[in-house]
Amino acid sequence: MRQTLIQKIIARASGKATVRPGEIVTCRVDLAMLLDSGGPRRIWPRLKELGVGVWDPDKIVVISDHFVPAVDAESASILQLTREFVDEFGIRQFFDMEGIGHVILAEHGMLQPGMFVCGGDSHSTNGGAFGCYMAGFGAIEMTAIVVTGEIWLQVPETIRVNWTGNVQAGVVAKDIMLTLCRELGMDNAFKVVEYGGDTVRAMSMQERVVLTNMAAELGAETGSIEPDETTLAAIRSGGTEPAADALDWNSDPDAAYTAIHEFNADGLAPQVAAPHSPANSAAVDEFGSISVDQAYIGACVGAKLNDLHMVAEILDGRQVARGTRLMVAPASRQIMAAAAADGTLATITAAGAILLPTGCGACAALGAGILADKEVCISSTNRNFKGRMGANSASIYLASPYTVAATAVAGQITDPREMLT
Amino acid sequence: MDGGPGGSRFGEHRDVRADLARRSPAEHQRRRKVIRMNVITGKAWVFGDEINTDVMAPGLYFKSSMDEMARHCLEAVDPAFAGSIAPGDIVVAGHNFGVGSAREQAALAFRHLKVGAILAESFGRIFYRNALNFGVPALFFPQSADIGAGDLLAVDPVTGSIENRNSGQRYTVDGVPEHLMLMIQAGGLMPWLKQKLANEGAP
Repeated sequence: MRQTLIQKIIARASGKATVRPGEIVTCRVDLAMLLDSGGPRRIWPRLKELGVGVWDPDKIVVISDHFVPAVDAESASILQLTREFVDEFGIRQFFDMEGIGHVILAEHGMLQPGMFVCGGDSHSTNGGAFGCYMAGFGAIEMTAIVVTGEIWLQVPETIRVNWTGNVQAGVVAKDIMLTLCRELGMDNAFKVVEYGGDTVRAMSMQERVVLTNMAAELGAETGSIEPDETTLAAIRSGGTEPAADALDWNSDPDAAYTAIHEFNADGLAPQVAAPHSPANSAAVDEFGSISVDQAYIGACVGAKLNDLHMVAEILDGRQVARGTRLMVAPASRQIMAAAAADGTLATITAAGAILLPTGCGACAALGAGILADKEVCISSTNRNFKGRMGANSASIYLASPYTVAATAVAGQITDPREMLT
Repeated sequence: MDGGPGGSRFGEHRDVRADLARRSPAEHQRRRKVIRMNVITGKAWVFGDEINTDVMAPGLYFKSSMDEMARHCLEAVDPAFAGSIAPGDIVVAGHNFGVGSAREQAALAFRHLKVGAILAESFGRIFYRNALNFGVPALFFPQSADIGAGDLLAVDPVTGSIENRNSGQRYTVDGVPEHLMLMIQAGGLMPWLKQKLANEGAP
């Protein structure tokens, strides 16, 4: 039976030669990622209730990224409990305020093609860009995983999405994803979206993870991209030698996809998603003059080093508009340091932007940058649901870092290509 | 660009589940003997499409108690819901109910409010798994649009039989998959894990 990449990984993890979509299997987990949000504070009381420890501390990574840095007694005590948890169970892979989990795994070469990885956060799909299975699970299932090392799955169908052609300057992976949210909708639960085509092959890993990260916004179980030399180079730059069989983890040429979608990137314009759904997107020039109170660069999907480079490219020699505040929360300490070293942060702050701590921050209404009643925000993050960044009456528009920065300069939603010529 | 799968999306999804769950009346009887769970009756609370987990469990209340969090469940779409729902009432929704964040408080809020069952045209994957893990039966119900707010419903999560006692209309959908129903019957994933660990010996 011809198999997709994800079917092959699930077959390997469940000890079978092949699996078919719809089949229910139990998989052995290679790595479990716990975050401070739904990790130790939810899992530890349950371990106590069960009277057990963790199955393998070396296969668990714990990252504090949601409640960092502590802003009140509650967040401080959540972070403290997280530190005590890793001490108690001897978990050595612990990243305390080092950055957002999804970015940390990529930075540290922790993901390899063929791995079966579970994360306690919906954007765990991010890891699929490395040719592994990585999906999000609730805290109660992460409890079962850290106790047993296993999880049940219904083998998902795979949708193949091919992009061909060259994106214009100022058009990036985020614009591709906002297009896909509109075209494929957000109701693709229990399916995998596998991305391919020459546009995807030409992307850096920092751009590819945008595709898999926002597979979550397609409602998919995960996103996946077959590994190639770009993948191997990214693993090496994280300090890990890729496994010898890394490039063997591929979909068979005649694998049975549930659907194959072909898109062309040549004429694609920058995209903006209007409130209150990532699927509510259109080309930037369809938005007319919408003034914004806040422009936000942040989160796992939209504050990597290349995202900060996009922002600096727009802001170089320009100023943030009066009446608009631009906030930038780099996705990891390593990214913050690199952006400080290469002058990116100097450009961004000289333009009038406010630099915020590394972490999930305002994207999930947890850190600095929360919106007031009826405020309008444009954000490089991945979700614009009602109330997502604060007040229920606030309006959140999603766009690429280029478009967010251009909008901050103009004070209203603006096509970044106007500032790149 | 082929324009996306459009209306066929749901159909494709149902086909896979139907392969799994298509059962004869005799099979239903067998399941009924293996899995004991009462028929759930309650008033319908009706919601639309794409209700996400941010509105079920708003981030602003992440650090609050479950009691406080549950009071704000769905307030952005129906401010009366959390304060007025009675134990055993049934949530009925359109497609992709629970799309978005993995936050378990979204599913916990429904258990906290003692929701009897959730019927939706389709579910967000993590929410669906979380709901079952907390012992809240969740059924795929393509005819959600037939149900009016306040209709009295009787739901059998094992056989997938649903009755609208206001209209008299009866429906049969896929029951909750057997391996999950056994977990719900145990009271959810935690009691089920306890049983499993007791049977196999703690690791």
